Amino acid sequence: MELPEIIENVAIELLRSAVTKLPDSVEKALLKALEESQTDVAKTQLQAIVDDFITAKTSILPMCQDTGVVSFFVKAGEHFPIIAELPNILKKATIKATHDVPLRPNAVDLFKGNTGNNVADYIPWIYWEIVPNSNMLELVAFPKGGGSTNISKLGLLKPGEGLKGIKRFIVDSVVDAGAKGCPPYFLGIGIGGGEDIAMNLAKKALLRSVGTHNTNLKIAELEKELLKALNELKIGVMGLGEGPTVLSVHIEVAGRHPASLPVGIVFSCWADRHAGARIDSEGNITYLNF
Amino acid sequence: MGEFHLTTPIIEEAVRRLKVGDTLYVSGTIVTARDEAHLKALELHNAGKKLPVNFEGIGVFHCGPVMKKSETGEWTVIAAGPTTSARMEIFEEEFIKAFHPRIIIGKGGMGMRTTKACQEEVCVYGAFTGGAALLAANRIKKVKDVFWLQELGMPECLWVYEVKDFGPLVVAIDSHGNNLFAQVNDRVRENVTKVYKQLHIIEPGG
Repeated sequence: MELPEIIENVAIELLRSAVTKLPDSVEKALLKALEESQTDVAKTQLQAIVDDFITAKTSILPMCQDTGVVSFFVKAGEHFPIIAELPNILKKATIKATHDVPLRPNAVDLFKGNTGNNVADYIPWIYWEIVPNSNMLELVAFPKGGGSTNISKLGLLKPGEGLKGIKRFIVDSVVDAGAKGCPPYFLGIGIGGGEDIAMNLAKKALLRSVGTHNTNLKIAELEKELLKALNELKIGVMGLGEGPTVLSVHIEVAGRHPASLPVGIVFSCWADRHAGARIDSEGNITYLNF
Repeated sequence: MGEFHLTTPIIEEAVRRLKVGDTLYVSGTIVTARDEAHLKALELHNAGKKLPVNFEGIGVFHCGPVMKKSETGEWTVIAAGPTTSARMEIFEEEFIKAFHPRIIIGKGGMGMRTTKACQEEVCVYGAFTGGAALLAANRIKKVKDVFWLQELGMPECLWVYEVKDFGPLVVAIDSHGNNLFAQVNDRVRENVTKVYKQLHIIEPGG
């Protein structure tokens, strides 16, 4: 098989895997939440979630009807032979996956309506990264649902508001989100950079395995402190007031302009879906574990 | 808190017995309708035109499903969990008054206008576990019909489903003016101050 065909097949498999099988660390977090839940409503709701993702895994069908808008995180080694063709290969894979998995057609053109195949201008979106001295391609399929997208937020705080302002913005964002994005949530937070950089980092933070912390100890402390505090809000599973509200907080921090303090917060619903693989220039495939 | 099993067409007295926090299972007919279907239905109604579906006594399901057509042309449900109901808040009061469904099914809850319409027209809102699309699909026994597919697309059109014990739904708005999500929200608002203090956003006692 030629390399373009291998990449296309891997991309289809990643989309299938993302919508039918949760990353191991996400699955573990949800099972632990069910085990620890004390009340009837929390138990019923978490049991329904667990039953649903187990059915999805065994039947290889999407766990949620909202199979998301498709994006890919791409890390292309500078020596990987196929880079310029990638957008077209990923578009073809998305169209095929839409039919085969199937995925719900979720790409809507502003004027022409739903394109019917999950491909539209700029969609699937690609987050590019070029890796020096590498002959590998790393692909992560990241389909993002609409419900949790709609509650994501960007705060352009005044630098004087500092850490207190950042914490307040995050608490207020979770309160505003309430039940709307299918809690328990997984949170990705990006601080600094600029308006788009903070949001980008927030999204990227969701790729980290659940339960891991930022290697910067101060940021790791902030993650732990926020996780504990946000659960005291008691929004609960599905916003019904019982069980966990947030299962992980991942924070990435970039340098910032002296006059700006951007904070991006990207919510993932309980179905924190993504799947990845590495392909070398010979076409050997290694699937990633999140 | 009780468990109830209702079959469509649902009568007024059955709905009146339901209270927030009850668990509900529905059998019979439910029809999917999201933003665009609500808008189109109300536009037709206001123009004095007839809808292809009679919503009276049945369930309206806030859902944009994944459907698959077989080679013989039959539709099957792949995944059909609820979508965020808050988006339909701008339509639902008028929709309930115009078409008299007995159950609105979705996720995340709805606002005070829908709560008022549920009280006046004797309707309830049942919350289905968000994202649990395969559980929902397993309770859908038959795809009876589809309307507006060409015009609105798969997620937005009207899918008419025959369901058996569709649930568990948590009654989150009853016909007595109670709204479970609003109650939780009130408690969350109270908890915010505590959380601010815990995070030293405001000082204890401040």
